[in-house]
Amino acid sequence: MLTISQELVDKIVAHARADHPDEACGVIAGRDGVPERFVPMENAERSPTFYRFDSMEQLRVWREMDDRDEVPVVIYHSHTATEAYPSRTDVTYASEPDAHYVLVSTRDEDETEFRSYRILDGAITEEEVRFVP
Amino acid sequence: MAIEVRIPTILRTYTAGAKAVDAEGATLDELISNLESLHPGIKDRLVDQGNLRRFVNVYLNDEDVRFLGGLGTPVSDGDTVTVLPAVAGG
Repeated sequence: MLTISQELVDKIVAHARADHPDEACGVIAGRDGVPERFVPMENAERSPTFYRFDSMEQLRVWREMDDRDEVPVVIYHSHTATEAYPSRTDVTYASEPDAHYVLVSTRDEDETEFRSYRILDGAITEEEVRFVP
Repeated sequence: MAIEVRIPTILRTYTAGAKAVDAEGATLDELISNLESLHPGIKDRLVDQGNLRRFVNVYLNDEDVRFLGGLGTPVSDGDTVTVLPAVAGG
């Protein structure tokens, strides 16, 4: 289960809406499985069908997390024309076994789908999301 | 002295859980071969058909080695090599 504050959810959704129709991506850093610090990342691909963190930005952010004893608790990205479910490419490149992979879909103008998954060894497991104030 | 290689979570199964290990070599290619002899299996996760895997980022100190010389990048004692799997998808 992913427990996440409404404030962080709003920030993720706002980022996804702002970058639509391109995919948006980023990290919520935290400790002990608690997502705390919102870190929007640049989508180096600037694409409606693909995302990739910029490699230099990733190094900087990963070092910063290391220095603060944080980990990427959540790795999020948006789908802009399809449902909020991991694509085959998402599964192929999933490389953080401990992260919650959050998918947001902005295909509907008025409603945003927000779902979370574990992706491990090629297997997708959806998990419940608990929104807290 | 040696070269410190920082290992991401997903590859720590090869290093008995260690976050960083030491290795030696004059180039990144040699360093990875030395790493393989110490931690068998790890090379295949970094290199594919003689090139760095496309979705693995390798940094020499503060630079992405793709912008240096790839596997031919010279390395020396005291350097830090950081491996980070690219965060990507569709």
